[in-house]
Amino acid sequence: MTELTDTTGPAAPAGPVAFPQDRTCPYHPPTGYDPLRDGRPLSRVTLYDGREVWAVTAHTTARALLADPRLSTERRRPGFPVPTPRFEAARNRRVALLGLDDPEHHRQRRMLIPSFTVKRAAALRPWIQRIVDGLLDTMIAQGPPAELVSAFALPVPSMVICGLLGVPYADHEFFEEQSRRLLRGPTGADTVAARERLEEYLGGLIDAKAKEAEPGDGILDELVHQRLRTGELDRTDAVSLAIILLVAGHETTANMISLGTYTLLQHPDRLAELRADPSLLPAAVEELMRMLSIAEGLQRVALEDIEIAGTTIRAGDGVLFSTSVINRDTSVYDDPDALDFHRPDRHHIAFGFGIHQCLGQNLARAELEIALGSLFTRLPGLRPAVPAEEIPFKPGDTIQGMLELPVTW
Amino acid sequence: MHIDIDKDVCIGAGQCALAAPGVFTQDDDGYSTLLPGREDGAGDANVREAARACPVSAITVRDSTG
Repeated sequence: MTELTDTTGPAAPAGPVAFPQDRTCPYHPPTGYDPLRDGRPLSRVTLYDGREVWAVTAHTTARALLADPRLSTERRRPGFPVPTPRFEAARNRRVALLGLDDPEHHRQRRMLIPSFTVKRAAALRPWIQRIVDGLLDTMIAQGPPAELVSAFALPVPSMVICGLLGVPYADHEFFEEQSRRLLRGPTGADTVAARERLEEYLGGLIDAKAKEAEPGDGILDELVHQRLRTGELDRTDAVSLAIILLVAGHETTANMISLGTYTLLQHPDRLAELRADPSLLPAAVEELMRMLSIAEGLQRVALEDIEIAGTTIRAGDGVLFSTSVINRDTSVYDDPDALDFHRPDRHHIAFGFGIHQCLGQNLARAELEIALGSLFTRLPGLRPAVPAEEIPFKPGDTIQGMLELPVTW
Repeated sequence: MHIDIDKDVCIGAGQCALAAPGVFTQDDDGYSTLLPGREDGAGDANVREAARACPVSAITVRDSTG
């Protein structure tokens, strides 16, 4: 590897790399990103429409830029990079929280952080454990075999986020399907229709909650009664927030459970180590977060010229953060392609960095520790039911994860 | 050791409370705060780790002199 501080310029000899690309192995960056892993902090990459944007690939540079207020996350700004055609239609939308810069972003985040603290996540653990136990009881009673995504990986976070938000779990098939279409399309029309159906559904739920004399104890109830009624939040933003919390709250964690399980099954020595010493579980979850980097290609646009790492990002330039490459920066991680539960720090950027770092990360950690820990304890003989290379995983332009995971035990 | 937390910058990510739970916690609003009696870091080696883990650099750690 060359030095991180190489300042010889952005152009790779073979021309810009296409971004995003499908992974070759579901837990490694695409082999097509190898040119991005040569130690340069930023590279030029080409989007589907031929546009060239920056891809940030070094850990130090990523931390600096993700915390830099000169990079905006507002999709409506000219030059905002759209990584896949189905998100073109979303370009002109106001997206709450993660689609807003400060100070508006901070105003919204402030309303939500008490519900997602480390303490709050710890207090939810017994309840999450009961959800996990119940799903495993059912799976064990009905199997083997089982399809792990539908029987376990998806329902765990879906039930958790429903309970937290105050959304009826009975509607899960509807919102899981809409979330799938929202994030994966395949067409732009699918994405737009899915957002409209979620807006209609959650808008209706918010209106119903607003009419209740005695508010329920969900986060949406709290938002409606403490923020919407007071005028602190308008209905459009309340609905947008509800969509983000619901979709981000189950899709990402479901992918981490399925892909985390697959990755552990493909690393029997590490799995044996984890079984022998369950106190490694929190470190194992952090390491899986780093290695899997399921949220790839975080998007920003430069508001001003930014000098960084010997390069100038011009105002209006699109900037993508390749989390899978950043989390394997050899200047930070020894042997970065190895799954290692003994790395000294937890400074991966799989949850992002800067003001938009994942709001639900402490909840996600609790869910992952309980789900993975319980799964491998209850099912010591867990293994794929078909050859690993036949198991389908998600395309590169989406949140990474397994489409299905047939298992037996 | 002197620890400063800029609560105007804090986003309540809880990274400090995770990295150095013997020194940092989150208040009722979710913002970072120091545990009573641990304001000087209590000799905890994880305090610097907590500052480095903060996604918005809200935590400053200085060695006290004298």
